[in-house]
Order: sequence, then C-alpha cells, then structure tokens
Amino acid sequence: MGLGQIRVQKLKSVFSLIGVFIAVTFLIGAWSIVNGMNTYMTDKFAGTLVGVNTFHLRKRPNFTPNVTDSTWRSWARRPRITFSDADAVVKGITVPVLTAWASDDRGDVEAGTKKVTQVSLTGATADYFAIRNIKIEQGRAFSPQEDRAGAAVVVLGYDLADRLFEKRDPLDRVVRIHGIPYRVIGVAASRGNLFGISLDKFVVAPALSPIQREVNPPGVIDALMVQAGSEPEMRAAMDQAEAIMRSRRHLRPRQDDNFALETSEGVLDFWAKINRILMAVGPGLVLISLVVGGIVIMNIMLMAVAERTREIGLRKSLGARRRDILRQFLAEATTIATVGAILGIGAGIFLSIILNVATPLPATVAPGSILLGVVLGGGVGIVAGVYPATRAARLDPIAALRQE
Amino acid sequence: MTRVQDFRTGDTPLPDIVILTHRLAREYDMGGEIVRALRGVDLQIRRNEYVAIMGPSGSGKSTLMNLIGCLDTPTTGEYWLNGQQVSDLPDDALARIRNKEIGFVFQTFNLLPRASALHNVELPLIYAGQHARQRRAHAAEALRRVGLGDRMEHRPNELSGGQRQRVAIARALVNQPSILLADEPTGNLDSATSQEIMGVFAELHRQGQTVVMVTHEADIAAHAARVVTLRDGVIAADQQKAA
Repeated sequence: MGLGQIRVQKLKSVFSLIGVFIAVTFLIGAWSIVNGMNTYMTDKFAGTLVGVNTFHLRKRPNFTPNVTDSTWRSWARRPRITFSDADAVVKGITVPVLTAWASDDRGDVEAGTKKVTQVSLTGATADYFAIRNIKIEQGRAFSPQEDRAGAAVVVLGYDLADRLFEKRDPLDRVVRIHGIPYRVIGVAASRGNLFGISLDKFVVAPALSPIQREVNPPGVIDALMVQAGSEPEMRAAMDQAEAIMRSRRHLRPRQDDNFALETSEGVLDFWAKINRILMAVGPGLVLISLVVGGIVIMNIMLMAVAERTREIGLRKSLGARRRDILRQFLAEATTIATVGAILGIGAGIFLSIILNVATPLPATVAPGSILLGVVLGGGVGIVAGVYPATRAARLDPIAALRQE
Repeated sequence: MTRVQDFRTGDTPLPDIVILTHRLAREYDMGGEIVRALRGVDLQIRRNEYVAIMGPSGSGKSTLMNLIGCLDTPTTGEYWLNGQQVSDLPDDALARIRNKEIGFVFQTFNLLPRASALHNVELPLIYAGQHARQRRAHAAEALRRVGLGDRMEHRPNELSGGQRQRVAIARALVNQPSILLADEPTGNLDSATSQEIMGVFAELHRQGQTVVMVTHEADIAAHAARVVTLRDGVIAADQQKAA
C-alpha cells in the first residue's frame, strides 16, 4: 500500500507542475533566442553586412523590408549611383576615410571542368577588402594599378576555391566567368556563415575589370562604401556625402534625398522591429501557460484538500489554527510550482543549447530570464494555492474528522 | 468523593475541578428544523478522575465530547475547563486550548500514514511552537511512556493496531494535557488488544492523568471509576463504581 501511495502522489505532482514547467521552459528558451539574436545582430550580422563605422551610398536602402508599394516604386525611379558620383563624393569628404566601390550580382564560375553556380560576383576597388574585413589567406588583394587598369584578376572566397580546385593551389590559375578568363591572385580566409548561409562563396574582381558587365550596366555601381575611424567621424562623412550628392542632383532644400545613405543601423532597425513583435507576443504566451499551470495546480490542490479532509480535521484537533493549515497548503502549492519552474529552467537551458547547436538560430540564455522563471514559478504557486488553502483552513474539524 | 459544587452563573469552579459544565446545550439548525442534541448538561469532573460517558445513538454523547474537547462551542450554557471559561472563545483561542489542554484519542487512530511514529507524536508540539530538538525529546519520551521506545521510526503501516493506538495515546499525552479524551478507543481493536489499551489508560490514570472516555460498550465503560450515562441530550445517570 505504501509504495503505491507514493507512486500515485508522484504522478499527481508531475501533473501539477506541468503547466509551470512548460511556461518556464518556453520563457527561458524563447528569451535565449531573442538574447542570442540581439548579440548576433549587433556583433556579427550588422558588422558583417555593412561594416563598423561604415555607411553605404546606394540608390535605395538595401536592408529595409516591408515598405509600401508606392515607396518601392519611387525608389525604383531614382537615378543610379554613377562612377562620377562616387568619384565626387570620395574627393569631397574631408574626414579621413577608406572608400570602395562595390557592385554585386550572382553568377556561375568555372575552372577547368568544374563549375559552381550561384556564386556572389563583386566588382570592387582595392579598399573593399579592408572595409568588409575580408582577410586574404593566400596570395594578395589587387593592387591600386590593377584596380585602375581593370585587370582581369580575382580573389576567391574560401569555399569557392575549395570546390573549384580542391587540394591544388589556386594561385595563378584561371577561372572563367561567362567565358572570360580571370587570373586568381588571392584566396580569402574563411568567414564562416550568417544564419547558416556561407559567406565564403564569392569572387571579387576590380571594379573596372570585365566583371563590371556581369554586375551592372556601364558607368554605374551598386554602392559606394565609406568607412571612418569612429562613429562621429562617420556621421561627419555622411553629412558631407549627402551634401555633395544633393548638390550633384540639384535637389532643392525641401526635396528629400533621391539616394540612400545606409549604415548598420538600418539593419538593426529591422531587427528591432522583429524584436518588438517578439517582445509583445512572447510574454503573452508565457503568461497563458502560467495561467493554465496555475489553474492546474489549483485544481490538483483542491483534490488534495478533499482527500486529506480527515487529516486536516485531525491537525485542527491537535491545535492547528486556521493560519497553520493555510500556511501548510500554501507551502505545498508553492513548492510544487517552484520545482516546476526549476525543472523548466533546466529544460529551457537544455533547449537553448540544442537550438544553438542544431539550428542557425543563435541562442544564449539570459540570466534575467532564470531569475524571472523562479519568481514567476513561486508566484503562480502562491496565487494558485490561496483558494484551496483557504478552503482547507476553513474546514469544520468535527465534520472533517467524520470524513472517510 | 461526590462533592459536587453548587454552581451558579457568575461563580468560578473550585480549583480541583477540571471540567465544569453548567446548563450546557447545543442546538443545530437542520434545514429549518431545530435539533436539540444537548439539552442542558451539568457535569463536573475532578482532576485525576477516570470517567466513562455512555449512551445510545442520538443521546448526545458525541456532541458532549466535541464540546468538552473544544471542537465545538455550545449554543447556551457555560463550559469551564481548568478554571477558564471556554464556551464563547474564538476559533484561534479554541485551537490553542485544544493544543494545550486536550489530548484526543480516536477510534480510528488518525495517524499520518506517511510519517514516522515519532513525527506523528511531534505534531501537537509543532503547533505549540516548540523547536525541533525539544520536540523530538518530548515525543521520544511520550513514546517510551507507552512502551514504544523501540519503534519510533516506524510508519503506522509497520505497526499493529494496538501499537498504532499507543502512538495515538503518546501523541495525546505529549503536550501534558489536562484531560485525555478518548472516543471509542478500542472500537477498531480485537478483545485482547482492547484489554492491552485499557491497561495503558489505567496506568496513565494511576500516574495522575484525568481520563474521559466516550463509549457505547458497557464492558469498556466498566474500566472507569465513574460512568455518566446520557439519554436524549441530558444526563440520565451518574454512578461511581463501588471502591
């Protein structure tokens, strides 16, 4: 009889704490995703796509989704950034900066019999590598002369070099893009990936090389990248660039820019929007789970009080006051809930580790979420336990003792 | 031996009278109909008396027991326990009195099944606010007193019926109550064990304890020195056993 009782009690306890357990697991897990993403976005994502203390001069913003159709159409009507626009801006910025042209597209790259498709093709100027923080592992980037001459040379991304040449040395070999040969002068170091997408499948050739035809119509670039030494210097350079472009485009004071100056902020703004939505929805889901968990605990405690009516009558006959009984059952409810919360914290941490390892999502557990989990767990226990505990405390001892 | 105090409202009981009731009455409202379970009971029990309260079903003996045990309050009348009027005290005060003055022994033992004998006996001391070390010492002492010193860590399901009742008796004694109040204490025991338990009560009585036993069995009541018989809510007989 004794063992059976314990097993039954354990099962009941498991059921009681399931709601809180699920709520806290979700809380820890979801928060860890948001937390991880925040760090990822600011540290890696924005920095990788746009660069630190960097702004891009483009026809239209690259990283702003969810614009209205009319906005999109007005952007499409804008004039493109030309070679001379870029030259003028570069000449006109007085703050010390690195600048680079960049134009991108996708295409196939062949070497011998091997072909790799969907490679990122970029035509850029010499400082592109420094601005984008692309380290050259083998060989070198192109020289200013190769840059000016538009020589048909390329730097390969790490993965691309691997796939085209495998164990052979890629340097001085020839790759073809659209039939046109380019000599490999350098291979970049591995840059890892962004949300699971490889950053190492690219070629970069001088902007004035034949690659220009692959990526853009003549005389036009996708972006002028400008990197300053600090945030205030970047802002100053941005202001100067804006002034130069407005003057070149003959814009009147009241007219908006018909070009875009994009910093990593734009990318982060996008994330901030998503963040806000998650922050609105996430707590709601956690709350619902907690309410359900609380109701479950309350019901199971009510059952327990009904089953233990005799015991309560006995305790009262031995001198337990109402508040003693209240405290006893409240403590039991709180313990169940807190245990559920602690198990949920464990499961949530485990979940976040799994997410981090098995999916492209970065997930790091936020310490604040652990504390909140415990507090919420305990809180739910107290709130859920109040009603059953009060019922228990109010039992008439004589009637209670008569119970089976 | 039968010096009954002539009690009137406004008096206080003599010091050696542990239980004094004056016109004690209890009525219940059963859906419109008034049931008068106790219709005016005048009872006096002295320190170290051994009293059995008998009566058929419906005589009011359970009601009287509940009132004596401070589990209930009377509708009218006075109840003085150990020189203190307890008839109209609030719940919390009654709980305290139960804890300090009354030691219950039930027919069905009413032990906590998942706790050791020692922890069961400790219960009243927990509600009395004693600290752990004190509690354990007093509880162990009470168990030794009823002959279960070597069974303190056993659970109730590891004890015989007689042993369980002894644990219950130890629990009732642990806070040194004014009265030991037993409700059909041998109802769930066989005749041999019943005699054993009656022996325990006799020994406790010999050691100075006041014992009040409610029973419907005449041969159990015969162990007491005085038998009070109830019928229809009043005392029908109150007999001292011949020495």
